[in-house]
Amino acid sequence: MSQLKVGEYTFQSRLFTGTGKFASNTLMEEAINISESELVTVALRRVELNNESDDILRHLKHPRINLLPNTSGVRTAKEAVFAAQLAREALDTNLLKLEIHPDPKYLLPDPIETLQAAEELVKLGFVVLPYVQADPVLCKRLEEVGTAAVMPLGAPIGSNQGLQTKEMLRIIIEQSKVPVVVDAGIGAPSHAADAMEMGADAVLVNTAVAVSPNPVQMAKAFKMAVEAGRMAYEAQLAQKNYGAEASSPLTAFLD
Amino acid sequence: MTTSSFDQEHASYNWEDIRQSIYAKTNEDVEKALIANKPDLEDFKALLSPAAEDHLEGMAAKSRSITQQRFGKTIQMYIPLYLSNACANACVYCGFSHDNDIKRITLTKKQVLEEVKVIKDMGFEHLLLVTGEHPAACGFDYLKEIIEVIKPNFSLISIEVQPMLQKEYEQLIDLGLHTVYVYQETYNREQYKSYHPRGKKSDFSYRLETGERLGRAGIHKIGIGCLLGLEDWRTDSFFTALHLDYLEKTYWRTKYSISFPRLRPHAGAFQPNHEVNDRQLAQLIMAYRIFNPDVDLSLSTRESKVFRDNMLQLGVTAMSAGSKTEPGGYAVYNQALEQFSVADDRSPDEINQMIRSKGYETIWKDWDSGMMG
Repeated sequence: MSQLKVGEYTFQSRLFTGTGKFASNTLMEEAINISESELVTVALRRVELNNESDDILRHLKHPRINLLPNTSGVRTAKEAVFAAQLAREALDTNLLKLEIHPDPKYLLPDPIETLQAAEELVKLGFVVLPYVQADPVLCKRLEEVGTAAVMPLGAPIGSNQGLQTKEMLRIIIEQSKVPVVVDAGIGAPSHAADAMEMGADAVLVNTAVAVSPNPVQMAKAFKMAVEAGRMAYEAQLAQKNYGAEASSPLTAFLD
Repeated sequence: MTTSSFDQEHASYNWEDIRQSIYAKTNEDVEKALIANKPDLEDFKALLSPAAEDHLEGMAAKSRSITQQRFGKTIQMYIPLYLSNACANACVYCGFSHDNDIKRITLTKKQVLEEVKVIKDMGFEHLLLVTGEHPAACGFDYLKEIIEVIKPNFSLISIEVQPMLQKEYEQLIDLGLHTVYVYQETYNREQYKSYHPRGKKSDFSYRLETGERLGRAGIHKIGIGCLLGLEDWRTDSFFTALHLDYLEKTYWRTKYSISFPRLRPHAGAFQPNHEVNDRQLAQLIMAYRIFNPDVDLSLSTRESKVFRDNMLQLGVTAMSAGSKTEPGGYAVYNQALEQFSVADDRSPDEINQMIRSKGYETIWKDWDSGMMG
């Protein structure tokens, strides 16, 4: 399988994972390890910034793992830029998952604030991965301001509803010049495989692993599903045949 | 990100490798391309390949159905207005070449308005302005003046003239310019210079990057293409499609059009190096439609009646009619020297009737200059 490039970073694994909702940090570590995920998002607000032995971070110290700090909790572009700078200083990485969701119920991203913040953060040297609605025009606008990827949602965060936005995701994947990471809503390995078969460059999964009765086994199932989906995409799926044969020759005039 | 250019992307491909990979496509590759939900550039290669010559009927059915789904049964009509045959280039295949000893004419504003009157009486709203490439005689300043003068008469103005700077395009767009056609002629970087030995046009990269300057200037539509007959048409068309793909992804607010100029007899003595016959041109047009459902495909009066009448159902979306390809040809001069000879000399009215008789609608107006502020 081909490597994934996001900005200057390359990844073997196309499964990005999260750190929320696990019953314990030990379980989180075990699940992430078995998933072989190389990019793990962590909410800045959950990290004890002044504590070098912060418990979450301690469980993520692994040579394979890159941290992807996220701005979850901010409600405006201004707050996001501030949070991003704190994250960069504390975690020593330019990678940033930009999340601005002022709506506390469905955690749906604010497109206007996100675009503004993305533009500013790119100028400040961040490798920006914005979490957005599955909106093809917004994704092109973000690409234009220089984001390293786009992360459209499949369904609301934590909803496990799968790829409700599938037709829009299809357009985003077709048009995008930067990697497309399907984020949010992926509730089962089959959803992840579906996204990868469509040509998504990666998926980000958190809740479906963390709240499973057996997070470690579920993490492994997602790893396998993402690999299977990617392999199928690269091998190219056999197409359904919709072809209709013409009843009268259309090209007789060429004879 | 939009930092790279198509010139760089183009440079990462090897002409000969691409040519060989097209000619190596098999029957199975063509069948796969014909049932693909979303054909990619490899599928396009298969559809262009010699192997696809046995699949023209299947390609025609698919191309027709995709075109009707996207465009309905409609054909857009436009007419070219040749403003000037002055040219500082020496393109070896062109009747306007600086090296040809022909009478050079650049229409005055008054003459242009005489031409416009005849064109308006024929019913046209979409006008294509054409000039040779001669900055002094018919460069930016001249075009700007002409567009200002004729703008009230037409709802859509397009140009096929020398490549210009981004800031020049911006000014013309402000005046109401909607579409710009710039053909690379050939995407074969090594051979390009042998066809364009002198003049501004001999700069391959400058011409290739015209799409970027137009995209940045915010143009509504860009037309690209290669001159069929110069180099291997299959390989050149692959690069045209690669260019289209790049522009669509980068300048995604812009619409695109492909034209199919095919070398015809003219005043010079140039004969096509790689002749493209009717079957092959039909194959090419249908391959584009299957590859890209949205792109406009345009067929000029260089092509014969029979070919145009049939192809308008098989992928084509725009046609010229009643064209005169010499400056002043509609009203001012009876006989000057044309750039290429017209194969379909029916009147716009006759072509309109032909289109309607096939159950298609002729679209005379599909834009309004008021939409550009």
